[in-house]
Order: sequence, then structure tokens, then C-alpha cells
Amino acid sequence: MTIRIERRLAQPHWLKVAVPVGSLAVAFVLIAILLLATGRDPASTYKDLFEAAFTAPGALSQTLTGATPILFTGLAAAAAFRMNLFNIGGEGQLYFGAIGASAAGLLLAGQSAPVLIVAMMAAGLAAGAAWAVIPGILKAYLSTNEIITSLMLNYVAGLILTYLIFDSHSYWRDTTSASAAVFPVGKSLPDAANWPTFGSTVIVPFGFLIGIGAAIFLWVLYSRTRFGFEVQVMSDSPRAARYSGMRTRRKILAVMALSGALAGLGGASQVGDFAHVLDADPNGLRAYGYGYTGIVVAALARYNPFAVVLVAFLLGGLQNAGSALQGPDFPSGLVGVMEGMILFTALGGELLVRYRIRLGRRRHAAAPAAEGTR
Amino acid sequence: MNNSILVVVIASGIAYGTPLLFAALGELLAERSGVLNLGVEGMMLVGAVMGFWAVQNIGGPGGTTLFLAVLVAAAAGAAVALLFAFLVITLRANQIVSGLALTIFAGAAGLSSYLGNDLGLADAPAKHQFAPVDPFGLADVPILGPIVFGQTWLVYASWGVVALIALYLTRTRPGLNVRAVGESPQTADAMGISVSAYRYAHVVAGGALAGVGGACFSLALTPQWVTGLTGGAGWIAIALVIFAFWRPELCLVGAYFFGAFQALPFTLQARGVTIAPELFQALPYVMTIVVLVIVSSGISKRRLGAPGALGLPFVREER
Repeated sequence: MTIRIERRLAQPHWLKVAVPVGSLAVAFVLIAILLLATGRDPASTYKDLFEAAFTAPGALSQTLTGATPILFTGLAAAAAFRMNLFNIGGEGQLYFGAIGASAAGLLLAGQSAPVLIVAMMAAGLAAGAAWAVIPGILKAYLSTNEIITSLMLNYVAGLILTYLIFDSHSYWRDTTSASAAVFPVGKSLPDAANWPTFGSTVIVPFGFLIGIGAAIFLWVLYSRTRFGFEVQVMSDSPRAARYSGMRTRRKILAVMALSGALAGLGGASQVGDFAHVLDADPNGLRAYGYGYTGIVVAALARYNPFAVVLVAFLLGGLQNAGSALQGPDFPSGLVGVMEGMILFTALGGELLVRYRIRLGRRRHAAAPAAEGTR
Repeated sequence: MNNSILVVVIASGIAYGTPLLFAALGELLAERSGVLNLGVEGMMLVGAVMGFWAVQNIGGPGGTTLFLAVLVAAAAGAAVALLFAFLVITLRANQIVSGLALTIFAGAAGLSSYLGNDLGLADAPAKHQFAPVDPFGLADVPILGPIVFGQTWLVYASWGVVALIALYLTRTRPGLNVRAVGESPQTADAMGISVSAYRYAHVVAGGALAGVGGACFSLALTPQWVTGLTGGAGWIAIALVIFAFWRPELCLVGAYFFGAFQALPFTLQARGVTIAPELFQALPYVMTIVVLVIVSSGISKRRLGAPGALGLPFVREER
């Protein structure tokens, strides 16, 4: 018996649904084994998880809160990965979005709410895009690997964020109030800079709706415009794109800026929707790794913007349940284990979409190769 | 003289650089075989937690326990690396996303924290720890004393590993083969070298070294278990491999350089100098970007560059 792996010439449509669902099932089985091995009851853990994420009172509101940042960073990763541009700097671009948006909110204090909100979004977009353009320029003009540069810049951005609040007298830092003398904090934004929420039983943050709008925009851009077509060509064959006269360098810069802008918008939403202050605390904005989770979201969604919304919602539920249930029955590490395991099985499942696995008897080399495997 | 700031900074740079060195050497092995593993942080944390568990639970004399704990840490790091290797080599998954998945799965909010919680490791000091040893009684020698002779066994072991890997890659048949696999897997395959076997072996060995790097934290630098105690060292290790142009001997220099930058703010603070620590902490990352730009431009690319097939899956039927 031999196992042979052959590339599929055509990918059947049903597989594109069956494989992710199957992968998820396998992941839950593997996690159940881990839970059993550590003396926990998988069935009740999963039931608690589902309730805490979706059906308990107020759970959906919390889930949307958790889903909002990873929706943006997921879209950011999807936008870049579509072109085989591995921007893993969403984390730093999100920080820069938060820095930009809070600067706008503080500078324009006294203006009306719509002005403030639009200005914060614009500033977040611009700051995130600016930070993402750095690896973009290095990639486009010096062909420097964007994976490592964007990754390194995450740490630089995190240190800049810390510096602004903890180790300098920057514009963002509160230096007057009594509590700020005890522990360094950022200046609070004016009340008019608080982004609105919608709904009463299920509270939908404004940022989540903006994120859905961004997903629609991204889908239209990538599947209905010339820009999207060129991105697709560059992803399939950069050489073909260059020979056919596409401006590949410009496209790299544009896609990096787009990706960074989406992550930056996520940072603006963190400030406007939730924190209302530039949060540099190690347990705050920097604690959750939104940028990295966004890459997980994008990969699980297979870089489809609408699927990103769905996956962000589901993972938001998982993270919300994780923090709601945290305790001896649900240790904090379980969320990461589950996320990682789901991603592992999804990545492994990709093989079944792209390749066909054949079990067969070993043939002689002289036997005619009937299938055109090349 | 041994208290002069330069000596203190170099000595602490070596101490802080050692976990980076182990992890970077592991990553170097994986990358030389053509696999980019971004899961170093996760592998280090699993090594750190299992190493700490071993030192708390294996009875016996301190020396043996510590030695066994390092082996346990290496095995733990290797085990999670094997998972990654299966994904990217056998299942041909995207290396970048798989590496990030490994860090999320095993890292500060994942398996290492889960294990630390279930094994009840928090809030207890280590029963044994690696202390500075002074085999020749020379720790009081001016300048060289604290730098060379006042270090832990982990530091001395890391020097041995650097020498072994340098010799392995340049003077042995398998070492030359692995470089061929990393540069051009098609050629290596045509020569009769098993690309998959070499990649598996080096990714797993890399995981073992990352596990030892994690154990440097929980058994020597900060002898206890705290969730996420490596504090991003795994990412610095990835940077370090590039900074060192994929050469083990330069990893040694780079690790101490980066280690010194991590230690410098504390040393300065202890002497009453207040400079924003972020400035020093950001330097390794910025310098790595600069080095990467130099490596990727023009002429130097051929001489210093990354393994040619880094990050690319090898599929025999599709060359």
C-alpha cells in the first residue's frame, strides 16, 4: 500500500464547505481528548462555552465587543494575504490607529460628535496606513521580506505606545489629575468622542457596523474592480503581472496601506467604542494580540471578507466565553489552545481541498501513468 | 573594576542573551533546512513550563534534577515542533500562518498557560536553579572574571552548542546536505537526499533548542513559573537569526548584543540614570530591519542571504 498525494485539477465546491466543517469537528474532538486527559468533562465545557458566548443574558453584546477588533485585523490580514503579501504587522498598525484616533479626539475637543467621530476614523486609518507603508516601501523598492519587517515593527509600535504614556510627557498623557500622579494614564477623550451604540437587548458597537461596511467594501474592491483583478493576477503570478504592464510596486504600496488602514480603523474603534483613552497598559490594548488573532481569523475565513465577519463573530464568542468562564474549570490557556487547534486542523484540511489522496497498491515504474498528474 | 558599568552590562548581556542564543540556534537549524518557524515563542514557553515542572517534581540531587529538567524542556519543545513539522512538511500548510498558529496554541494564552495552571506551578519558587559556577576559581579576575568565569552551566553549554552547530554545518556530510536542502530542495532531492526527513529532523531539533531557551528563563534568569515569562524573547530570536546572517557564530555575538540592550535599562536604573527603557528595547528590532534591508539588496544577497528556499514547501511532483 502506498499513499499518494496528487494535486486536484478542479476543486469541487462542496469540498470548500465540507472541509472547514470537518476540520472544526476534528478540532473539537482533539480538544475534548485534552480536556478528558486533564480531568474535565468536554460535554459540559462545550455547553458552558456555548452559553457564555451566545445564549446567556448579555452574552451576545460581549461577543460583539470581542469580535470588533479582530474583525478589523482579520480584514487587514485578508486584504494583504490575498496578494501573498504577508503583513503580520496588524498588531502595530492597530496601535498606531489608536494613537492617531486618540490624538484627533483630543485635538478636536469641543467639536460636535459627528465631526469628532469622522476625524477619529480618518486619523486611525491614516496612522495605521502610514505604519504599514514602511514595510511596504521596503518590500516594493528593496525587496525586503515584509514578514519579518512588519513583525519587528509590531514591537517598535508597542514600545512607542508604552513610551507615550509611561515614559514621557507626551500629548496623550494625563499629567494633571490626581490619579495620574499615582499611575501613568492617558488623557480621557471628550464625551462627544464616544462612538454610539445601537440596540438595547443586544448592544451593537458602532465599530462592528463599520467593520461590516469595510468587509463589503473589500469584497467589492477585490471581486468587482480592476484593482482587485490586478491583485489576483499578482498573487497568482507576479511575473505575469509585471510583464503585462501592471505597476507592481505601486500595488504593493496600495495593498499594504489598505491593510494597515483597516487595522488602524480597528485601533480607532478600540479608542472610540470602548476605551475612550489611549490605553498603553500591558493588560489593556496590548494584552490580547488582536493583530495576531486577526491573521487566524483571515486564515480560517480563507481570506474571504464575508467569512471574516462570521469567523470574527465566532472567535469573539470564544474569547468572550473564555474571560467570562475563567476559573479552575476553564483555565485561561484554554482559549489559545482551542484557537490554535482549530487553526491547525483548518490548515491541515486545506490539503484535502487542494490535493487528492489516493491509497493504492505500489505500481511498477513501467506501468502507464494513466492520470495526467502534472 | 569588576563593578564598572561595561563589565556589568556585558556579563548581564551574556546572561540575558543565553535564552535568545539557544532559541536562535534552533531557529537557525530550521531555517537552514528551508523552514521558517514563527512559533519560537510558543515552543520556548512550553519548554519553560515543562522544565519548571520537572525541577519541582523530579526528586534527587540538584545537579541531576536540573540536567533532567533541561532534557524535559527540550523534549517538550521538540514535541510541539513536531506538530508544526507535520503541518508544514507533510500537509504542506502555509509556514507563516502555521507558525503563528503554533505560538497561539502553545504560547502565553495557550498550552503553556493551561499546563502551568493544571500542574499548579504558579506562586512557588524553584526548588533548584542554575547558579553561577566558577570551576577554576577565576571569577575575581579583573574584567574577564565576571564575564567569562562567573556564568551558569547553561551559558557554557550554549558555547558548546554554537561550536557543534558551526562544525556540523560546515564540516560534516549531513550538515552540508541540510544546507543543500535549504538552498535548493530540488537539487538535494535529485542528489538522493530526503528533503522531508532533513526538514523534520531540523525543525524538531530546533524545537528542542527553543525549549532549552525557555528553560533558561524558568530555571536560571527568573526561577519560577509565570504565564508568558519569556516576554517576547522568541520573536527576538527570530530577528537574531537574520541579524546573524544565518551563521551560528554570529548568533553568539548578536545574542549578547541583544541581551545587553535588554539588560541595559535595568543596569542604568540601578545606578540612578533614568533613560526611557523603550529606546534601548526598540533597538534590536530596528537594527534587525536595517540588517534585513542590507541582506536583501543586490550583491550582498548572494553572499549573505537567506537560504534560497526559505518558507517554500517542497512538493516533489511540482517542481
